[in-house]
Amino acid sequence: MAVASADQTGARPTRAGRRLSAPSWAGPLPFLAYVAIFLIWPIGIVVVDALKNPSGAWAPSNLSEFGNSLVRGYFIGSLKLCVLSSVLGAVLGAILAYAIASGDPDGPVRRIYLAVSGVLAQFGGVTLAFAFQALIGPAGLLFHASWYYNFPWGIGVIYIYFQVPLMVLVFLPAIDGVKVQWREASENLGSSTWQYWRYVGGPLLWPAFLGGLLLLFANALSAFATIQAWENQIAYIVPQQISTSLSSEVGLSNVNVADLLALGMIVMVVIVMTVYALLQRRAARWLR
Amino acid sequence: MRSSYRFALAGAAAAALLAAGCSSSSSSGSSSGTNWSSESSASAGGGMSALIKAAKAEGTLNVIALPPTWANYGTIISDFQNKYGIKVSSALPDGSSQQEVDAVKTEHGTAKAPDVLDVGMAVALANTSLFTPYQVATWSDIPTAQKESTGLWVQDYGGYMAVGYSSKFGTISSLNDLLSPKFKGAVALNGNPTSANAALNGVMMASMANGGSASNIADGVNYFAKLKKAGNFDSVQATGATIKAGTTPVVFNWDYLNLPSYVGVSNWKVFIPQNAVLGGYYAQAINKQAPHPAAARLWEEFLYSQAATGGQNLWLQGGARPVEQQAMTSNGSIDKAAAAKLPAVTGTPTFLSGTQSTDAANYLAANWAKAVS
Amino acid sequence: MAAITTLGETPITPPASGQRGVHGRRRRRLNAFRYVVFAVFALFFILPLLAMARFSFEGAKLGTWSLSAWKQITAYQGSSGIPPLSSAVEITLELAVITCGVILVLLVPTMIWVRLRVQWLSRAIEFLCLLPLTIPSIVLVVGLGPIYNKIQHYSLSALMLFWIYVILALPYAYRALSAGLGAIDVTTISEAARSLGASWFTVMVRVIAPNMRQAILNAMLLSFSLVLGEFTIAFLLLYSNLQVELYSISRNTPNAGVIFSTSFAVLLFAFVLLLILSYAGRFRRGRG
Repeated sequence: MAVASADQTGARPTRAGRRLSAPSWAGPLPFLAYVAIFLIWPIGIVVVDALKNPSGAWAPSNLSEFGNSLVRGYFIGSLKLCVLSSVLGAVLGAILAYAIASGDPDGPVRRIYLAVSGVLAQFGGVTLAFAFQALIGPAGLLFHASWYYNFPWGIGVIYIYFQVPLMVLVFLPAIDGVKVQWREASENLGSSTWQYWRYVGGPLLWPAFLGGLLLLFANALSAFATIQAWENQIAYIVPQQISTSLSSEVGLSNVNVADLLALGMIVMVVIVMTVYALLQRRAARWLR
Repeated sequence: MRSSYRFALAGAAAAALLAAGCSSSSSSGSSSGTNWSSESSASAGGGMSALIKAAKAEGTLNVIALPPTWANYGTIISDFQNKYGIKVSSALPDGSSQQEVDAVKTEHGTAKAPDVLDVGMAVALANTSLFTPYQVATWSDIPTAQKESTGLWVQDYGGYMAVGYSSKFGTISSLNDLLSPKFKGAVALNGNPTSANAALNGVMMASMANGGSASNIADGVNYFAKLKKAGNFDSVQATGATIKAGTTPVVFNWDYLNLPSYVGVSNWKVFIPQNAVLGGYYAQAINKQAPHPAAARLWEEFLYSQAATGGQNLWLQGGARPVEQQAMTSNGSIDKAAAAKLPAVTGTPTFLSGTQSTDAANYLAANWAKAVS
Repeated sequence: MAAITTLGETPITPPASGQRGVHGRRRRRLNAFRYVVFAVFALFFILPLLAMARFSFEGAKLGTWSLSAWKQITAYQGSSGIPPLSSAVEITLELAVITCGVILVLLVPTMIWVRLRVQWLSRAIEFLCLLPLTIPSIVLVVGLGPIYNKIQHYSLSALMLFWIYVILALPYAYRALSAGLGAIDVTTISEAARSLGASWFTVMVRVIAPNMRQAILNAMLLSFSLVLGEFTIAFLLLYSNLQVELYSISRNTPNAGVIFSTSFAVLLFAFVLLLILSYAGRFRRGRG
């Protein structure tokens, strides 16, 4: 992105009585203050409490909980579900995005699919689980899928329902950015379709695809309401165990354990999102 | 000029109204001299009528985690509202006992904090520092084992763990019947046993019916593992809707949550194993920093009243066993028709002690997920 | 999230050229592929919605049809102590509007300002805006407890949820806005305006913002759908919004058709809104 500074301008007529313009750094201050109070501070509370025990004293030994096989099991469960839903969601979403992008840019099909994607990407939680239960659950209208309560495949199918639209929203601009001139140029040089995708289109879209996949991964990792409505008698993934640690009424509630699990999730997602940001920068270079 | 006069007049009128309004509200608030937040019985605070007056002046009661279909709470809340004209603000109807306590902690000092709590015993015992002692008028009719000596918590109603099922399965005479193939995907608990009181007791009841005891829940976990392996265990949350839709036709739940009238399905039957009568009572407590202390105390008086329209009989009509049941049967104030509808129980009931339930919880924490996933 | 494609921008796609020769053959194969893809995905997305719709028309006895669930959307009275559904719908819609408003007033000027005058902050802003995506709501709520305790000393209304909803909407709004900002040559326009004597305020409000109208609308819409679907934070902070109310109804009412009808209505509403916006965007652009 062009980084020419817009601070210094050309000739600017001075006027008497011109009001003071604020210094440059003052502009973002309200936003930064807002974010500091409502985002940074709660995260800080969570991170700090993760290293304390219920009586408020420092207990860095809490970190050893990550070695506990039960805790590892939750993280592995989360990983399984997230990898499954994000890989399948990314692949299917990319196919759908390509199908949309190669059509009439102003046509109704594109508009409808984009509107649908915008709506369904946020459609998760309780009602989605109910909708699937109504469709393929034990009393399902379509049929009873015996794998519906399997982890991770049953819940994975439900996750794909909102992962695919998210991928479409994220990946479509990338496909749009692949200029038709590049296709024509490569054909002029005698390449076939396969060669075009293998040497030109693929490498161009690969960073964006990977970026979308990582975004889907982060999205799946934090999802909670959907799986809670799908079933709630066994904790498979970390958010479910966080909920148990917060609200267990049989004496197993422990806010610090919840904070610790949350810390683990934060670390996982920060890694994922950093890789995503780097990939975005690389992709943006080509697709401007 | 003219408009500024009009503004001044309007301003003066508004100020006068405001002053009148402020003074009238403050006068009604300070007329009763008692500070009810430190009173531990109605008589100490000046009698029932003083309590009622103070509660009405407060005007609101904050309750939490009281689902309307749970032990007739819907009717109890509306009857209380109608009788005293106090608005009941019911937060988080599907919350757990722990969430009630958390709400007390996070909302302390605000007008939204819960005034009264209805929690499971494990949570009650662990959080007595948040409660304030109060002894209702019918204190002496409550068995000693079912109340804290100063009134920090008092048990209010309870029931026995039962298996409710649709009559399309015929009649169940033992828990092992549930392992047969006709129950495929049909059996559910009421929540996650490491989290929900009702679910933990469900597994414990299964344990007792399969050779275990109140001190050992392992047999229950093994039973559910067998159920899962047979494909009969259904881990979706059983609610009125799922029972009606036929998704969860067999549910382990408290007997008062398994009544046909509450389940909404007419062909619903209830089974309590002979050798595994596991009882559980919930406990009432008042928040030490309740924003409406008089209303909170009046609520407890209402709940423990033995009148025909009082809380004890209302709970009975909801299928739960009120804590004063024995005393009320002796003095005849019990609603006999409702009492007769309670599921018959053979065998002596067991109640989990504090240590037993903690041990069970710890065992579940380590073994439940592995066994049934 | 990568630049979310806005509804109505013109990507460059291969023209539907003549039916003969290599291009024609490829076009026909491509079209066949597209139709198959659209059909399969349409089926996948529609079936659960159909199941939901079917259950929303469910009568008191299983297997019968009735409009009662739809009428109940406005008429549903919770049992004693539980507010009626219509008030939850009202609160949620108000929350959505307030959230969109705050994003408009807080994020848009900040992003424009940063792009114009403090470029070195843009990485930090991007990181802060993406951060909410990485923190699961259930974790954020634990940290928000003390903060909301202070807020509740001032106001008990559920509308106070907007403080945290703005944070939740940041990643989606940021991506939409940055796509819009990236599409216009900000530095050139602003230098031109400044050299003609415009103040910074004029540049931001009267020169740049109108060029970003589509992106701003997009950001508003994504924030709107997010608020409509939010559950976890409202639930754990003990507020009653639409999703919490639906959840409560589902747990406490045997005849839960109203949750299906309400969810369906919400989805339809969001979808129609998005569709209208995509056509509105085209109209605006057409007039230049």
